[in-house]
Amino acid sequence: MLNKIVTLTAAALLGLASIAGAETLINGAGATFPYPLYSKWFSEYAKIDPSVKFNYQSIGSGGGIKQVTAQTVDFGASDKFLSDDELKAAPGKLLHIPTVMGAVVVTYNLPGVAKGLKLNSEDVANIFLGKITKWNDKRIADDNPGVNLPDKAIIVVHRSDGSGTTSIFTDYLSGVNGDWAKSVGKGASVKWPVGLGGKGNEGVAGQIKTTKFTIGYVELAYAFENKLPYATLKNKSGSWVEPSIQTTSAAAAAAVKHMPADYRISLVNQPGKDAYPITGFTWLLVYQGQKDKVKGKKLVEFLNWSLHKGQKMAAPMLYAPLPESVLKMVEKTIKTIN
Amino acid sequence: MTEADSRYEPERRRPLGGDTIYRWLTAGFGLLVLAILGLMLFEMAQGSLPSLAKSGWSFISGKDWDAVQGNFGALPFIFGSVVSAVLAILVATPLSVATALFITEIAPKKVGGVIASLVELLAAIPSVIYGLWGVLVMAPWLQQSVQPWLIDHLGFLPFFSGAPFGASRMAGVLIQAIMIIPIITAICREVLLAVPQSQREAAVALGATKWEMIRIAVLPYGRSGVLGAVILGLGRAIGETMAVTMVIGNSPLISMSLLSPAYTMPSVIANEFAEATNALHSAALMEIGLILLFVTLAVNVLARVMIWSVTRGAKGGVA
Repeated sequence: MLNKIVTLTAAALLGLASIAGAETLINGAGATFPYPLYSKWFSEYAKIDPSVKFNYQSIGSGGGIKQVTAQTVDFGASDKFLSDDELKAAPGKLLHIPTVMGAVVVTYNLPGVAKGLKLNSEDVANIFLGKITKWNDKRIADDNPGVNLPDKAIIVVHRSDGSGTTSIFTDYLSGVNGDWAKSVGKGASVKWPVGLGGKGNEGVAGQIKTTKFTIGYVELAYAFENKLPYATLKNKSGSWVEPSIQTTSAAAAAAVKHMPADYRISLVNQPGKDAYPITGFTWLLVYQGQKDKVKGKKLVEFLNWSLHKGQKMAAPMLYAPLPESVLKMVEKTIKTIN
Repeated sequence: MTEADSRYEPERRRPLGGDTIYRWLTAGFGLLVLAILGLMLFEMAQGSLPSLAKSGWSFISGKDWDAVQGNFGALPFIFGSVVSAVLAILVATPLSVATALFITEIAPKKVGGVIASLVELLAAIPSVIYGLWGVLVMAPWLQQSVQPWLIDHLGFLPFFSGAPFGASRMAGVLIQAIMIIPIITAICREVLLAVPQSQREAAVALGATKWEMIRIAVLPYGRSGVLGAVILGLGRAIGETMAVTMVIGNSPLISMSLLSPAYTMPSVIANEFAEATNALHSAALMEIGLILLFVTLAVNVLARVMIWSVTRGAKGGVA
């Protein structure tokens, strides 16, 4: 009896091993923000090419960068681009492949102003610096004629966990306000001058929903899904822009003219009538020289698929697809992987 | 004679007999625990070397935590952890001991049994559920009802000054207290059940009322056990991460006010570690982990000393 069980188990294990052998397993790790889209991509792609299987761990951009640098995974994913020093620390040439774009919206809880509060960038920075402390401050009121702003203190809510959302938002604030750039700077976790920290988008949104006179920032997709009110911002060209998938893609289109060959570019504060000012790429990190040629070939096939079929799945999931002009550039970059 | 001897000491031990294997096996597992602890200490110390080298002692005394500039001072987190855990114990201990007394001494057996199993059920609820409840239910309630009242009536005290945010040290303390009540209650109940019936009977025979019986016969007998339960609770309160992170407001401030947002050591690690790309930043978080380990150790040693001094000479029971 026991012998029989052992034999059966061994046979089953061998069977599993032979199935696994026919299949190429590609491991990746990194950003949490694009994870819902990536997992959709991987499951859709498995229907087209069953011989390749992706295993993606959404452990955060920091973890993704560490793991891809240590070569424990085949590709990394990050919401922030690597610095020159970080690139040098990698054992080979690491490429940034932009996949989609995300945006950050300024959300608030202001009784009587259900939507469409207008804020110019200088005011957003001053609110988060603690320099504008009342909702009826003249600087806010000037942009919102006819809106009844209460004489109440502004409560600022920010992310407490390190996150790409915070990176993009503080990058934006550093771009529009010299004081912010000097005293706070940009990063996944910064030293906030004022306010409360909520954990995750849900923590910030929860705090804002339940507390009057609050202001904070969340991912666009999160704000749309949860129907949070968002502010209309004034962009670099001086026009008022609502956050949306289209205005996010417009920011990348505006950046094409000065897009560097390695795509390491911040997309905040792009000029252009329709460009929403708080946007950013999310990247896959892939070595240009692949050690395992079979894996490398499969990975390139997948990347090409993601640029065409994959992009069409982005907008319904509230990610902004890459504009046509950027897609053409990325196609060429992918050809260099071998 | 020889027969009797050999019964106690088998003369030839088989080289790989059950006893030998058992001895090595248990010794191995025992040492493994120590080795794991040692390895953890070593790894954390090694991981925090860059931060130790750069900040030195100012890491513990500094108040400035700025990952962008690379300044790391952990005092607000140490303060936050210790103060919140101690306050949580102050809230939870009377509640838990009273609950345990009610279950064992006062309630009818059936009612007591039901309450006891309900309390144990509380212990099985995952941390993140407490956190969600804290964010969605408790914090708004604190913000709209409790904190404004405290500010209006007791606002002259430094503990209740400031604005009502909801997410605050107060919310963190309450969540921690709720989470450690089941563990303290369950252990206290076992301790009180172990008090011999003769103790109670003796007190009642001397004419004690129920309260007097509990005070002179039951509680003194169970004192060291109850203190042990409190220490276990304290350890859990210091280490509690997720639920606290969700309600404490996560601002590295050192403030007397219970209404001010605060930050704890486990929270900052949970919040920042995943996205800490810069080497110094992750080293600083590693060092916080190391400090957390030492703080927990120090609290435990302190508590043991306290138990020892309380129970010394009071072995018999009646104080």
